[in-house]
Amino acid sequence: MDQPAFVHDALLLSLVLFALGTLGVFLRKNVITVLMSIELMLNGANLAFVAFSRAAGTLDGQVLVFFVMVVAAAEAAVGLGIVISLQRHKDTLDVDAFNVMKG
Amino acid sequence: MDQILFYAAAALAIGSALVVIGQRNPIYSAFALIVTLCSLSVIFGLLGSPFIAALQVIVYAGAIMVLFLFVLMLLNVESEQQAAGRGGRALGAIAVALVALLVAQAGAVLARVEPGPAPAFDASTRRMAEILFSPQFLYVFEATSILILAALVGSIALAKKDL
Repeated sequence: MDQPAFVHDALLLSLVLFALGTLGVFLRKNVITVLMSIELMLNGANLAFVAFSRAAGTLDGQVLVFFVMVVAAAEAAVGLGIVISLQRHKDTLDVDAFNVMKG
Repeated sequence: MDQILFYAAAALAIGSALVVIGQRNPIYSAFALIVTLCSLSVIFGLLGSPFIAALQVIVYAGAIMVLFLFVLMLLNVESEQQAAGRGGRALGAIAVALVALLVAQAGAVLARVEPGPAPAFDASTRRMAEILFSPQFLYVFEATSILILAALVGSIALAKKDL
């Protein structure tokens, strides 16, 4: 429970994970893979919160991570519900196919 | 020892994150994401946050990923036909360039920061409970249960057959 260099590397890792998640959101065609890339970005942010919380010695970052997890769970539930209903209408999961607001 | 574990977990996290965004078949992406989440849990543990590490496995790898896999198997998803890069190569290149810019900027900020001595730190489950149920966060905590309930009802309504 000492090395601060550790914290630094954790921040770098969180940066890499966030960047990879962003790339996934931009580059993938499958809605579910895009949702999973968003989870990746959320995890990168969570890791940054935990690393900063460790560096500052306070627990506020950890509480924030807890709430991020709750919101991520809600987001996954609603997002996947929308995906199921989209699949019923269009019979595809390609994000480019979902281009009308009217059902 | 901790150092070796940290770098092994970090390498595993980055490698499986690459698989998540590189894999055509979403089922493989989901399994790779589970590996990422579990190795992140190891890192949370090494950063002295056992409560968050446990939540990561239980909530993320357990609940959320099971939901993803359930929907993937329910919808009988096929692999993407075309290579990655929706909206053409040009947009993909722009996206990669923007992300590279983001990494360069944030990396430059990180490189300037000098690591100081880490203060004493106690993130045990007891301390976390004391903070979460303190007057400062108690109402927020209760509000999250309403959020979860709303998400539950909303997703059932969305996934109903005759929407």
